[in-house]
Amino acid sequence: MLRKQEGKWAMNKFMVGILGGAVMALGASTASAATLDDVKAKGFVQCGVHTGLAGFAAPDDAGEWTGFDVDMCRAVAAAVFGDADSVQYTPTNATERFTALQSGEIDLLARNTTWTLTRDTTLGLTFAGVNYYDGQGFMINQTALPDINSALQLSGAAICVQSGTTTELNLADYFAANNMEYNPVVFQGFEETNAAYEAGRCDAYTTDASGLYALRLTLANPDEHVVLPEIISKEPLGPAVRQGDEQWFNIVKWTLFAMVQAEELGITSENLEEMLSSESPEVRRVLGLEDESTIGQGLGLENDWVQAIVREVGNYGEVFDRNIGTGSPLAIARGLNALWTDGGLQYAPPLR
Amino acid sequence: MQEHDLSYVRMEMVNAQNAPEREKGVTRWLRKNLFATPVDGLLTLIGLLIVAYALPNIVRWAFIDAAWIGPDRSVCSTQSQGGIQPDGWSGACWAFVNAKFSQFMYGRYPVFERWRVDLTAVMFIALLVPLLIPRIPYKALNAVMFFGVFPVVAYFLLVGGNFGLNRVQTSLWGGLLVTMVLSFVAISVSLPFGILLALGRRSRLPVIKMICVVFIETIRGVPLISVLFMASVMLPLFMPAGTTFDRFLRAVVGLSIFASAYMAEVVRGGLQAIPKGQYEGASSLGLGYWQSMGLIVLPQALKLVIPGIVNTFIGLFKDTSLVYIVGMFDLLAIVRQNFSDANWASPQTPKSGLIFAGLIFWAFCFAMSRYSIYMERRLDTGHRK
Amino acid sequence: MASQMSVRGEEPARVSWVNDPKTRGIVFQVVVAVALIGFIYWIIGNTAENLRRANIASGFGFLNGRSGFDLSQTLIPYSSNSTFMRAIIVGLLNTLLVAVTGIITATIVGFLIGIGRLSGNWLIARICTVYVEIFRNLPPLLVIFFWYVGVLSVLPGPRQSVELPLGGMINNRGLYLPRLLTEPGFWLVPAAFVLGIVLTIFFIRWGRRRQMATGQVFPGFRVGLGLILGLPILAFVVSGMPATLEYPEMAGFNIRGGQVVLPEFLSLYLALSLYTASFIAEIVRAGVLGVAKGQSEAAYSLGLSPRRTLRLVVVPQAMRIIIPPLTSQYLNLTKNSSLAIAVGYADLVAIGQTTMNQTGQAIEVVAIWIVVYLGLSLITSAFMNWYNAKMALVER
Repeated sequence: MLRKQEGKWAMNKFMVGILGGAVMALGASTASAATLDDVKAKGFVQCGVHTGLAGFAAPDDAGEWTGFDVDMCRAVAAAVFGDADSVQYTPTNATERFTALQSGEIDLLARNTTWTLTRDTTLGLTFAGVNYYDGQGFMINQTALPDINSALQLSGAAICVQSGTTTELNLADYFAANNMEYNPVVFQGFEETNAAYEAGRCDAYTTDASGLYALRLTLANPDEHVVLPEIISKEPLGPAVRQGDEQWFNIVKWTLFAMVQAEELGITSENLEEMLSSESPEVRRVLGLEDESTIGQGLGLENDWVQAIVREVGNYGEVFDRNIGTGSPLAIARGLNALWTDGGLQYAPPLR
Repeated sequence: MQEHDLSYVRMEMVNAQNAPEREKGVTRWLRKNLFATPVDGLLTLIGLLIVAYALPNIVRWAFIDAAWIGPDRSVCSTQSQGGIQPDGWSGACWAFVNAKFSQFMYGRYPVFERWRVDLTAVMFIALLVPLLIPRIPYKALNAVMFFGVFPVVAYFLLVGGNFGLNRVQTSLWGGLLVTMVLSFVAISVSLPFGILLALGRRSRLPVIKMICVVFIETIRGVPLISVLFMASVMLPLFMPAGTTFDRFLRAVVGLSIFASAYMAEVVRGGLQAIPKGQYEGASSLGLGYWQSMGLIVLPQALKLVIPGIVNTFIGLFKDTSLVYIVGMFDLLAIVRQNFSDANWASPQTPKSGLIFAGLIFWAFCFAMSRYSIYMERRLDTGHRK
Repeated sequence: MASQMSVRGEEPARVSWVNDPKTRGIVFQVVVAVALIGFIYWIIGNTAENLRRANIASGFGFLNGRSGFDLSQTLIPYSSNSTFMRAIIVGLLNTLLVAVTGIITATIVGFLIGIGRLSGNWLIARICTVYVEIFRNLPPLLVIFFWYVGVLSVLPGPRQSVELPLGGMINNRGLYLPRLLTEPGFWLVPAAFVLGIVLTIFFIRWGRRRQMATGQVFPGFRVGLGLILGLPILAFVVSGMPATLEYPEMAGFNIRGGQVVLPEFLSLYLALSLYTASFIAEIVRAGVLGVAKGQSEAAYSLGLSPRRTLRLVVVPQAMRIIIPPLTSQYLNLTKNSSLAIAVGYADLVAIGQTTMNQTGQAIEVVAIWIVVYLGLSLITSAFMNWYNAKMALVER
């Protein structure tokens, strides 16, 4: 394909001289409909993540990406390659994330993205599940506004919000429903919105509660800021893939389920070796230890793909604790994201 | 006749009198340049007040009270903000720039691979400087090296993936590296394309002319942001399903298209200024279209519009700062991204970072504009006396 | 035939049609046209296919849908229940507002600085030079950020607002000014204002004819000022002062009442004005320097005062040089107003991008941008061309 184009361009030597190199290089790679083959061919999963949201996806000091969403990418890479490091990250902002996925620039979007009907049907993408049940909340600077303790007191406030998000729409709905006024202060980028809030441009900041906790960590004086108790919306966040590739969709979907299932069965990255000699038929089935196991076949993966995920990344609970839960500075409680057996919503269909 | 008695004529010259006090030295200069009229005097006083207010404050903020080194935000914030500076302190936070300097230059380019960027920069300077100084010979060879060989070498060095070099994804590039690469590529692409478009616009073939006019006027009529959006959002839609373009390449395409349209108008100005006799002379020598353009018209036309071309370059260099809108981290974007680093968040950080970025942009643009003035003088072959 | 070549045998030598420039031109054009059409066809085909695969509906039907988002600055009534169409119109008006105010300010500042650089006053000339060299060599985006960060960090919060004279207030939520609340009889005032303008034009024309006939100079400026300012004031008083001022005051979180100028607008407006002013200053300087010195000398020798020399001889000639590049600066300012997106000012591009993101209609939104900006460019150029033609040298 590339060769042909170059042939045409050869008409003008100048253009080829300058553009040819660049195109060949940076240029056009072709992603066929079968994302899995494509991913296998290039040797890594191209994963769209947040530009920097503590706990979910942020580069550490050494430039390595870490976080809850990043681990979702790593789990998919582990399932496909048996190696969680076969991932390349593309930081995306709220406005370009869907285009990046539609155009094939990324194979997987794991960027705390809310699953909605419109996005699932008309934006050319499909959500593979929910890895974090979230809801939209408000954060205020308690030192500046000592007597505010409910979102219902925010009438007349200036509120910072990022444009092009479901948050922006929920905000309008919430204030209209409660007959309150507000002054929206809308920015395109996450960084701009944070900076404006920090500079005191707005009274309150609204986004997903998880995002608020993450943002609070990065403020100069986190203790001054409190998240108000009201949760005004449902924000099921999950990984998304392009429409029209069932196989890849299944891989991402079942990677998530496998992580939840592993937690349910008590398989962790630490006890995996012991579990490999487990007698429990369910554990043996999930880990692909049965004779004639076909657990990876339907997905086009090796039969030990769940082992790889748990070994390389961990189960859902481990990932949660490490990045955003009690084992992290964010210290978010499991809440809705606990396993169904613990009264939460995380529930995996049987892996069989 | 010389014998006349001219005793009333002075025989030797009287020494020249000193000019009156008010007409010489500092007084005269002051009177002439600062206090010529009452209005002038008033303006001078206002100007002096502005300078007297601004200058000491700027010097104090930027140098005397500035925090030059430090491990984190504490050196840049006052005690009430949780830092070590006395309350009411206000000074530049150069410590922030210091700590983030390598990020501002390379972005997230892997630390162990940064020698590749340095090497590219050294080659760039080594080839550019002799090209800019007129006295140094071998200009043709130099130009071929700079525009032909250098980009290829730089490409393999920066992107990697061959010759035992690791591939460095362009999403890791950032800072001044991105600003420079984007400007270099867009500038080198826009000049030839701009010339072609300008020739097309002056062509006698109506179809060619119309295509060029529509292209140039459409691109010039819309903001760069929308061209960049088009390149980043719509280019993937235009390509056959599944073709993906690197984000960097998309930004380059957008910038180049935009700059070509502006370049075309600058070059057209030069073409129009060439007297008809030159075209006719070329034809009468039996030169074909491309020969007469390449050998007679363009060399004269381009020389005339060198200031315009350099101004377009300056504009392009400044405009690269807009690529942050399509998710690239150029110098300005990466400086701003670091404002949200909790380690360095202080009231002084954004100002200091922006001023640092401003100084770099300013230095490049100012140098380019000075060079253009120098070349303009040098190339002025004296049509105007 | 060749043997019979006579003196009159000047008919052009026959060339093969392959080498005939005309034929070649036509063939070349056909090839280019076909290639271009093919290319466009290919792009449209790809796009249709991609949209179909991605399940994105195309067409402008989405414009009638409910937008669902709120905007910070709206010149016409707008709420989240309004349509996308209305949101885009709000954006267009905001773009126009910042462009028009920016152009006016940039022109004034630019002329002052440009003339300042030519001033005999050494200090003033230096200050103006420094100004021009600083702003010309910075990216406008950086100037906008700097103003935004600067404006926000210097200003206090709403509870510590700085009181301005005449009941205004300023804080980091914006500049609050008293607002004029009109009552029913108020229409007389704008009507009187329009009448004043019309009368002024009439008087100046009459005055010019009289000057041509009798040589008497008509004080057009003073009469005009009196009419344009005096008539509305008179109308206001006569109709019983049907208006009150609403002062901003602190209520709850923020200041209520009054007219608010948002810091986003303020920083964008200041940055665009000051940035463009540096270019206009250079244009003005070049224009004034471009008027031959003999012109002003001749005017002096005719006995014209320096002020009249400037007004009647130098400025009209300088304007001819100034107007074409000034037009392109105006267009640049309008286009640069799209940088509003960086500070969250709700201009056409920012609202378009939000719309694009909520609906996925990228192509349609980009098409709207192109049409609107091209339209603005054409209108501005048309106006400036008309003005240029008016100022152009009338050769007899």
